[in-house]
Formats: sequence, structure tokens, C-alpha cells
Amino acid sequence: MPIQYYIFLALALFTIGIVGVLTRRNAIIIFMCVELMLNATNLLLVAFSKMHHGLAYASDKASLVGIDGQLFVFFIMVVAAAEVSVGLAIIVMMYRNTHSVDINFLNRLKN
Amino acid sequence: MNNLIFLVPLLPLIGFLINGLGRKSLSKQVIAIIGSGSILGSFILSVLLFLQVKSTGTTIVANYFNFIEVGNLTIPFAFQIDQLSSLFLLIITGIGFLIHVYSASYMHDEENQHYGRYFAYLNLFVFSMLLLVMGANYVIMFIGWEGVGLCSYLLIGFWFKNDSYNYAAKKAFIMNRIGDLGFLLAVFYLINKLGTVTYVDVFANVSKLSSQDITIITALLFVGAMGKSAQLPLYTWLPDAMAGPTPVSALIHAATMVTAGIYMIARSNILYTMAPGTQGFIAVVGLVTALFAATIALKQNDIKKVLAYSTVSQLGYMFLGLGVGAYTGAVFHVMTHAFFKALLFLGAGSVIHAMHHEQDIRKMGGLKKFMPITNITFLLGCLAIAGVPPFSGFFSKDEILAAAFEKNPILYYLGVAGALMTTFYMFRLYAMTFLGKFRGTHDQEHHLHESPSAITFPLIVLAILATVGGFIGIPEVFARESHWLEHYLSPIFAGSTALVEAHAVNHSQELLMMGVVTALVLVTIVFAWNKFSKYEATATEETGLGKVLANKWYVDELYDAVIVNPLNAFSGFLKNVIEKSVIDGAVSGVGRLVNYSSRQLRLVQSGQVGGYILMMVLSMIVVILLWINDATIIRFISKIF
Repeated sequence: MPIQYYIFLALALFTIGIVGVLTRRNAIIIFMCVELMLNATNLLLVAFSKMHHGLAYASDKASLVGIDGQLFVFFIMVVAAAEVSVGLAIIVMMYRNTHSVDINFLNRLKN
Repeated sequence: MNNLIFLVPLLPLIGFLINGLGRKSLSKQVIAIIGSGSILGSFILSVLLFLQVKSTGTTIVANYFNFIEVGNLTIPFAFQIDQLSSLFLLIITGIGFLIHVYSASYMHDEENQHYGRYFAYLNLFVFSMLLLVMGANYVIMFIGWEGVGLCSYLLIGFWFKNDSYNYAAKKAFIMNRIGDLGFLLAVFYLINKLGTVTYVDVFANVSKLSSQDITIITALLFVGAMGKSAQLPLYTWLPDAMAGPTPVSALIHAATMVTAGIYMIARSNILYTMAPGTQGFIAVVGLVTALFAATIALKQNDIKKVLAYSTVSQLGYMFLGLGVGAYTGAVFHVMTHAFFKALLFLGAGSVIHAMHHEQDIRKMGGLKKFMPITNITFLLGCLAIAGVPPFSGFFSKDEILAAAFEKNPILYYLGVAGALMTTFYMFRLYAMTFLGKFRGTHDQEHHLHESPSAITFPLIVLAILATVGGFIGIPEVFARESHWLEHYLSPIFAGSTALVEAHAVNHSQELLMMGVVTALVLVTIVFAWNKFSKYEATATEETGLGKVLANKWYVDELYDAVIVNPLNAFSGFLKNVIEKSVIDGAVSGVGRLVNYSSRQLRLVQSGQVGGYILMMVLSMIVVILLWINDATIIRFISKIF
């Protein structure tokens, strides 16, 4: 499959993530949109890694070119998992205090 | 002897330091002795220098150190002693010493510290004047030039508690500053064209200058002389300078400082001889000043004001002499004028002292029998300034007028008219002061007395000098080779005389002219004597021309209207409009702008998380667009599609 398809998909996912973060007020949805963006990046990393490795593999079977991209994705997933646990914990605390997950309630520091 | 030259100006400087610093602790007697003694020391050295120059005829240039050394320009701190400067040294230190002695008595009523301050200023003045005369280049001369201006300012405003005296001092200072600018520009021009300001080098290299350059330099130097020597249109400070103590008027504003301009032009005589245009201008300015000031003096009633305008007028004669090329005559007149004008001022001071600071001659009269010595010396001074032979003024004025006649008879006739006016107002002054009957109060009459010997001694010495001083310059008409001064000064003016062809008026005509002028002067004296010895105070207002003259041609009012008031208005405009709205506006405008913009910027901090994120996204997009240039983006996009 040509690389362009992956790029367009990742762009679409990332844009949806950004628009979601900008427009929604529900903290959980914003959180999910952030995950979406992370995953869009992951998708790109994997796609490019596969592309570069495929080209190098054709000439040299022992080549390691491009596989670090896939390694990187694992790190991102681990970090994202940790982040999710912290983020959800914050949202739970927020709900306990305000009985809402609307981020517009979170302007108490103003003034 | 040559290694003692530096002591001549140094002694007054030391006197200045001692008196200035010790004015509160030293007694009056000590102050007077230090003040006068330092000048006496300079005088003795000057006499020795003079005798040396007279016998050897050589010019001594004493180099001390390099005052300014920049690139190719070297200005040494050097003194030059030659015929001209040694003559001026004698005048300055000699008359300076007499006036110091006189001041010791005249200023005795002052408080101790003011007495010390007075002598400190006076010594500083003599120091500056000596620097001016002895300097071997224009820059050292300029230092002295500014120094005497400063001392003049300090001494005019000596009684600083009186506001009008302070105004007079400021006026003198500012007027002089206008002239000094001309002097300074001339020095810059010289440096630019010749790269040197040392007299010897400048005069040796005049041929390198174009005639236009010489005209510009001489004209600018003359502007300096106009300010310092009170010529039209910068003369108005000198009459106002009479606010200072009378000995100051005698020393600074009659005998020495105001003749600095004449000294400077006589020193640069070669330049002036090569600039006939400037010379003609000087002659006209001098003559017009001489006549103008003489007409004003006719109607003044303040004893010092009459003498002040007379000084302006006599300075005009000196410039006339310089303008027609009679350099020796001008220097001669500087000398005789120093004698008789210092005498007249000191005599006036003696009268003012006796009259308890009354200066109005309408309230005097009949002082002859109370003050015999002042009377006789003052009369001798009047005869000298009027030009009655054989008093000194006759010879010097005659020499200038004769030179004017050779140049242009019109200059001569106008000059004679001025001389007759001089005679008239001087004898009006004399008659109203010393003759007739006393017109002051009984209280004043009761206290009238002859002044003490410290005052009469300088009067007597100066009277003798004013009487016989002219004999060093007897015209050729009377005896061959009799003009000692011309012979003495000839090395100084050699460059100029070589350029101008000499043509003397024939002797019979010169004698005739002398005779006619003398007769006219005598008639004027008799007329003024008779008219004013019977003077009675009347209440009638002056009318017509008399009123104009009594108000000094309204020149001060004219300057007020044309220069001072517009300048004041302009300053007011700057102060009230430019300062308040433009400068202050700009400063507080910056403050207001910061205040306003921060108020607006604050609204961005809304507390809405979405807003912050939007801002973050937008700014990241901007950064990316800026970071990656267009070509990269286009290549990237084209690669994708």
C-alpha cells in the first residue's frame, strides 16, 4: 500500500484530535482526542519505519534501517498508558469536586 | 632673565590663590599687600623684560610644554616677549599696580571676606590679561581672552546682592560670548588652512592663504574684537559694566581688557594689511562707534556713564587707527588712553567716595575747593583726552587722525568732529563736577573731604603719565627721528609697512591741521567751561534730539525689541508649548501606551483552557511555517502527491 494512504489517515486523525481538543468542553472527550493525536503520530512512525526498512531489506537482509521507528512507538504507547492513568485520576478528582467534567469550570485561578 | 618670564603671570596667579583661599582668615592689610605686591613683582619683571627687549631688539619665545597635541596639530604653551607684548606688559602691570593700591583704600568699607574676594578677582584678571598678551599663539591668547571675560563678569557683579548689577554682569558676559564665537571660528579656520596657530608660523605662511581666506579670518577675528572692545553693535555692555566698583571700571573697562581687541589686531597686523576690505570695514565701524558713543556721552548725567561712553568712543578711534593702517598710532593711543582714562575713572572714584556713592553730576559741583588733588589731576586728565598739546592725548589722537586724512579726508573731518564732542562732554563733566557751587545736600557737603593718600598717589602718578606720556611719540613734523614709539615698534609692523607704500602729508599742511584742530578744541573748552560752570539744576525735561541722546539713541530698547523680547517669547514658547506638550507628552505618552496595551493584553488571559490551547496550536503552526522555508514545504507536498 502506498505511503500516502498512511499519511492522509494520520493527518485526518491528527486534525480530528486537534479540532476535538479545541472545540469540546468535556474533559474526557478532550482526553480521548489527545490520545487520537498520539496514535496518529504512532501510525506515521510505523508507516515510515516500514517503508524505509522495506527499501533497505530488499538489498540487505540483515539491515536494521528504520526499525528504531517501531521501537519508538512502543515507548510512546507506554508513556501514553502512564499518562492515561494520571489524566483519568485527575478527571475523577475533578468530578468529585465539581460534579462535572466541563473544563470551563476550571477557571477558578482567574482573578 | 629669559627663564623668569613665566613668573610674570605666575605671581598674580599665586596672589589670586592666596587671597581667594584665605579671604576669611587673612586681615585686610595682608590681603592688600599680597594683592598689590604680586602685581608689583610682575611690574618689576616686566620692566626688566622691557629693558632687555629695548636694548637687544630680539623676540623671545619661551616654550613650556605642549598644550594640545593631536595628529599634525601641535599647540605649545608658550610665551612670546617682543616689543608689542612687553609694552602691553608695562601698561597692564603698571596701571594694574596703581589700581590695586587705590583699591586697597577704596574698597576698605567692604567686609573682610569680600575684600579678599575682590583682590582675588583682580589678581585673576591681571593673570588672564597677562596670558592674553604674552601667549605665543592664538589659543593661549584665547585662554586669556576668556579669562578676562570671566573676571569682568565676576567684578561687574561684585555686589551680587543688587539684581540690576547681576543683569549688567550677565549682559557683559553674553555680549562678549557673541564676539568670542567669532574669535574661535577664526582660530578653527586658521588651523584648518595652515595647521598652526603660533604667531611666528602663521605670519611666515600668510602667502599660502588666499585673499578670501584672509578676509574671512580677519573679519571673524574682528568680530571677537568687536565684542571685547565694545564696538558697534556689541558695545552696550560696557556702559552697563559701570555697575562694578570704580577701580574695576578703571582697570578692566578702560585701561586694559577692552584694549585686548586692539592688541589682537595689532598683533595680526600682517593679516589685516593683506585684507583691505576688512580694514576698511574696521575703519568705518571704529569711526561710527567713536561718533555714536560721543553723541550719547553729551547728555549723560552719571559721572561713570560719561566716562564709559567716552571709553567706547576712544576705542572707536583706536579701531579707526587700525583700519587706516596706523598700527603704531592705535597702540600709542591704547597707551595714552590707559593713562588718562584710568586717571579719570580713579578721579571719578575719588569723587564718588567723597560724595558717599552719589554718581549724578547734577548733584555735585564746586568740589574744587574740597578736593584739590582730585580736581587738578582730573583736569589734567580732561586736557589729555581733549587733545590739548602737549598732553598725551594730543599726540596719539593726532597720529590716528593724520593717518585717517591720508586714507580719506572724510574720515578725518568726522574724526575731528568726534574729538570736539569729546572735548565738550569732558569739560561739561569737569565743570559740572568741580566748578560752580555745590548742589548736593548739606549732609553731603559737611562730609566732603580729600581722599586718603592711597587714592591720591595713583592719581598723581597717572596725571604725570597722562601729561608727559605723549612725548614718546612726537610727530616727525616737530623733529626728525623723534617718534620713539614708532621706531621701537617697527619690527612688529615691519611686515605691514613693507606692503604699504608710505606717503606722508606734507609738513606745512599737517601743521596747519594741528593748529586748526587745537584752536577748535580750545574754543570748545572755553564754551563748555562757561556754559556748565554756572549750571543750575532745572526741572525741564529734555526734548527732541536731547531726549534721544539722553536715552542713548534707544539702542537698548531696540535690542530689547529686536532680540531680547523675541528670544524671551521664543523661550516662553519652548517652555510652555514644546516642553509641556511635546517633550512631556512624549514621555507620559510612552507611559500611557504601556498602561493601555497591558490593559488590553490582560484580556487574553481569559482563564478558558480552550483559548490557551488554540493559541498554542496557532503559534506552533506559525513557528513551523517560519522554521521550514517555502521550498521545503513545496518539495514536501509535491513528494506526497
